[in-house]
Amino acid sequence: MSEVRKGKKTVLVACGTGIATSTVVSDAIEKMAKENNIQVEIVQCKVTEVPAYESRASLLVTTTIVSKEYPFPIINARAFLTGIGLDKLKEQILEELKK
Amino acid sequence: MNHVKFDETLVIRNVEGENSSDILKHMAANLYQKGFVKESYADAVIAREKKFATGLPTKGCGVAIPHTDIEHVNQSAISVGVLKEPVDFGIMGEETEKTPVKLIFMLAMHDSHSQLKMLQSLMGIFQDEEILLYLANEESEVKIKEEVSKRLNLNNVKGGE
Repeated sequence: MSEVRKGKKTVLVACGTGIATSTVVSDAIEKMAKENNIQVEIVQCKVTEVPAYESRASLLVTTTIVSKEYPFPIINARAFLTGIGLDKLKEQILEELKK
Repeated sequence: MNHVKFDETLVIRNVEGENSSDILKHMAANLYQKGFVKESYADAVIAREKKFATGLPTKGCGVAIPHTDIEHVNQSAISVGVLKEPVDFGIMGEETEKTPVKLIFMLAMHDSHSQLKMLQSLMGIFQDEEILLYLANEESEVKIKEEVSKRLNLNNVKGGE
């Protein structure tokens, strides 16, 4: 950890095309953040675009495979789509947002 | 135009194929024939499925939401495929794991961010075991169209301008 981030966290939400599943996931995270009074900046992108945001992101939430290593945690967001394991997923994301 | 086209001619029942690519080719050909997607859509959606799988295990029956980049699409549309026999699709976000898929919701998306409500409603279907089983077993394309239109809030008039 090079520095402690203060203020707004940047959360990357990525899927293969950056148009379908990431749209649903971005909205869900935005609502969660609002409900919990957490300030976040959400960046929706293709998984191939993630490296461009590497320096400013605190978290990557994605519906696809991530083959590269990143300095921030990566959370699989499939539960937002299927509802299976949703509570656990929300808890996991909240924990990261509150850090 | 943000309107998402959907009618009973975009509901295909008894889709058969050896593998996921066969199924996608078949469904993409129908979208191409109707002018909703470009010729390049079929290969693009198949390639994208191989790289970023879209199979989703649910509590009802397995579903997949194949789609690809907007440049292959002329007009936003959705096509529903009911497979004769489930076919294995890769699970979204997993390296190698597969899930047997019975229902396909093929998305031809022409705008990047404007379909949030429709997509949320679609995920609502995936979380509803009863509706998934209904769609998998219903024999009338018109009834399938009506149910999906209602759930996704799509009010398309067939033959409309």
